[in-house]
Amino acid sequence: MTTAFPSSPAAPSSAAAGRASAGPWRTAGRVLLRNRGAMASLAVLALVGVACLLAPVYARDVAHTDPFTSNVAGTVMLDGRQLDIMQPNDNPLHLGLSPIGPTWRVPAYPLGADSQGRDVAARLLYGGRNSLLIAFSAAALCIVVAAGVGIVAGYAGGVVDAVLSRMMDIMWAVPVYLFAISLSIVTVSQGLRIGPFTVASDNLLIPICIIALVYVPYAARPVRGRVMALRRSEFVTAARGLGVPGHRIVLRDILPNVTGTLVVLAPLMTALALMAESALSFLSIGVQAPAASWGTIIQDGEGLIYTRPMVAVAPGLAIIVVVLALNILGDGMRDALDVRDGDRGRG
Amino acid sequence: MRARRWAGLACAGAAWMAAACPAGAADPGHRGGTLRLTATVSGGSLDPQIAYEHENLQLEAPVYDGLMAFPKSGPVRPGDGDQPIPDLADGPPDIRDGGLTYVFRLRRGVRFSNGQELAAADVAATMRRIFRVNSPAAGPYFGDLVGAGPCLKGGADCTLAGGVVADAAAGTVTFHLARPDPDFLYQLAFPQAAIVPADTPGADTGNIAPPGTGPYRITSYDPDRGLRMERNPYFHAWNPVAQPDGYPDRIEYDFGLDAEAEVTAVENGQYDWMLDTPPGDRLGELGDRYTARVHISDMQVVYYMELNVRRPPFDNPAVRRALNDAIDRHAVVIHEGGPALALPSCGMLPRGLMGYDPACAYGRGASAEHPAPSWQGPDMDRARALVRASGTAGQAVSIVTQTAPVAIAIAGEVRDVLTALGYRATTRAITPTVEFSYLQNTANDVQIGFTGWESDYPAPASYLHTLFACDSFHPGSDNSLNMSGLCDPALDGAMRAASLAQMTDPARADALWRQVGRDVMAQAPVVPLVQTRRVDVVSARVGHVAVSPYYLLLIAQLWVR
Repeated sequence: MTTAFPSSPAAPSSAAAGRASAGPWRTAGRVLLRNRGAMASLAVLALVGVACLLAPVYARDVAHTDPFTSNVAGTVMLDGRQLDIMQPNDNPLHLGLSPIGPTWRVPAYPLGADSQGRDVAARLLYGGRNSLLIAFSAAALCIVVAAGVGIVAGYAGGVVDAVLSRMMDIMWAVPVYLFAISLSIVTVSQGLRIGPFTVASDNLLIPICIIALVYVPYAARPVRGRVMALRRSEFVTAARGLGVPGHRIVLRDILPNVTGTLVVLAPLMTALALMAESALSFLSIGVQAPAASWGTIIQDGEGLIYTRPMVAVAPGLAIIVVVLALNILGDGMRDALDVRDGDRGRG
Repeated sequence: MRARRWAGLACAGAAWMAAACPAGAADPGHRGGTLRLTATVSGGSLDPQIAYEHENLQLEAPVYDGLMAFPKSGPVRPGDGDQPIPDLADGPPDIRDGGLTYVFRLRRGVRFSNGQELAAADVAATMRRIFRVNSPAAGPYFGDLVGAGPCLKGGADCTLAGGVVADAAAGTVTFHLARPDPDFLYQLAFPQAAIVPADTPGADTGNIAPPGTGPYRITSYDPDRGLRMERNPYFHAWNPVAQPDGYPDRIEYDFGLDAEAEVTAVENGQYDWMLDTPPGDRLGELGDRYTARVHISDMQVVYYMELNVRRPPFDNPAVRRALNDAIDRHAVVIHEGGPALALPSCGMLPRGLMGYDPACAYGRGASAEHPAPSWQGPDMDRARALVRASGTAGQAVSIVTQTAPVAIAIAGEVRDVLTALGYRATTRAITPTVEFSYLQNTANDVQIGFTGWESDYPAPASYLHTLFACDSFHPGSDNSLNMSGLCDPALDGAMRAASLAQMTDPARADALWRQVGRDVMAQAPVVPLVQTRRVDVVSARVGHVAVSPYYLLLIAQLWVR
């Protein structure tokens, strides 16, 4: 990728001559490393990711629980006492039962149980695996597709640009959640059939593809704008004049110069995808039971909001923390890559 | 409040034969005001011959009358609400020919809410209409009427000629049955036999309520928004137990709030009563802070999983037995609110009914040959062995349930059990209004569904015959209450023998029905789960709360003034 810079004006100019040996990506990396907020966010994301990856270890070896099966008739040992997970309410009519609340002790239901007697902490970790997998996968897919669409539209121009841009405009005109919900309702009830291939309705590919698709216009637009500017730049004009084939110009000159835009978009798109996944799962049209995501756990907690708010609060906090971290990281990456743009501009 | 309630009902309870209590005489000081009710969704069609959801059966109790009725003034003593009493009939029928002929004399001077006077022709037309609109009651309850055959086939020649004979001059209506039916009076008391004018269209009237003879008329109905009821200006109380006058002047019913919001609204006095069961997480708060406003009542309802005996894997009896063995009924009791509100059930007859059998042929320490005295816990080992022997493990099973949180939780419980038995189980939740019909229609290919059945009338046949007899199974119809599709002529014969014994030897009938219940469960077309009790919560201003096993809370009897 870096080999592209010497052939384009994106190469460090005289103003940055003192740092020329570092290279633009390394320079950006250094700036990012000096950004404490971004580094803290990265650490938080890494911590959350590792914790979620260890979900099976926690459930199997620490909590000794199956977070996907109902356990309303189960018990838990706390302070040497065997307690029912579903505890009778203390009222004159003996009405109702409530799941055990947070004990704050590992492994005895530290965050309490949900209405099916399942360990909220274990479900939170398993749910995080699905939420993060969907969010990162959807963001990656979205950026790849958006890059393709934006580059083709911006570089080809004319009819191709008009057709692709109008398609993006149409998608943009539909509220993103309405669009995602509509697609999800259809696919959740019937699965997805593309020719000989069938994707089951509970396959995570479905929310990944839907979320990626609905956000394509949001990422494709800035890419197209950047490519249109690059198309008119001197180095592209020069390459054309030298008879360099179009696909080579795109791969060697255009793509490396939009990579910064795509990199900056990545954490922001991941945050958007995470929130979209949570919303769809909360509405029962994302991750399907018995699998969990942070959105499904919030839905589980909706019916317990008065008595056991932690069931909904815990995944809600997890979403807030991860989205906040992604946004701060995104800001840091934008600042880091802006340095490179600034150097280029002064050149 | 309790003392005042009993004082009011004493008059009504003593007076049903003589109609001695004038309208509203129980306590005229409480007459008036507007009663405000709330429900999540509406109950669908208002057509009394079609309406089958609890919501509309309750609403229409003070709007319509049949020849017979269950008491609508609230039971004076336990069990009083169980027996049908004359309503539009001016007394008990004259039963002749060994139970083949019933002669009813109509009350005179009763008017519909459009001013038209009730006539014998209205009764005959209503009975024909039951068949013409394909009422759920048509086959199961009135299929034994002479002349019912062409009607059940949906032919245009449905006249019930010879089956229902109206004599306008004498003011009588005579029913001729092809076979004696010990439950016939119960069936005439069922709300779908409510009498409507003879000129009522022969198709579902949907959002328009035909005129009735009760103390209220439905003046507007929008299934998405609400319903309004006002007094029927032509009503006068003729039997204060069968159809007492109502207390509120107006009844306003709004739809759209979810159950959580309904609880808050009733607690705050914005509504006087909520139809939906309070969510589980609010029960503790209601029992603690609103004890005096909470009313718990027994319901003759059994919740169960219906198993389609004509679709894999439940076309294999071993699989059906395995699920009965494996299900944790205690867990279902917890989902239903705990032991105060639910009781594990191994059979389809509820406690208190003839033929009720607490014994359990499934689960730990039980077998069909040696049932346990009650449910003792799941037996996963035997269940796994049955599934292994059936060779059906690995098949996909889709569980249909309702969107209500408790229904979703119970379906999740069943899904976990099926998964543990080796199936690829998933759940699909659909709105409660649709689900009941959806489960019935064979075109929907439902494998297994969660539902509940409450007696239309307190007789064992209203459970066992209605849910498992061959003539209750109608492929391709939304009105096929035999959802499992079980059809066993031997079982039908045993049910008929038990019904006939009811007329002559109740003790023998009790034993026969108990055996029928066991025979049904030996084939396991269902997984009985729990019997439940109902929780009603009312606003602080409401008094005179009375609950009927059939009409739920008697809304017209509530005091709001």
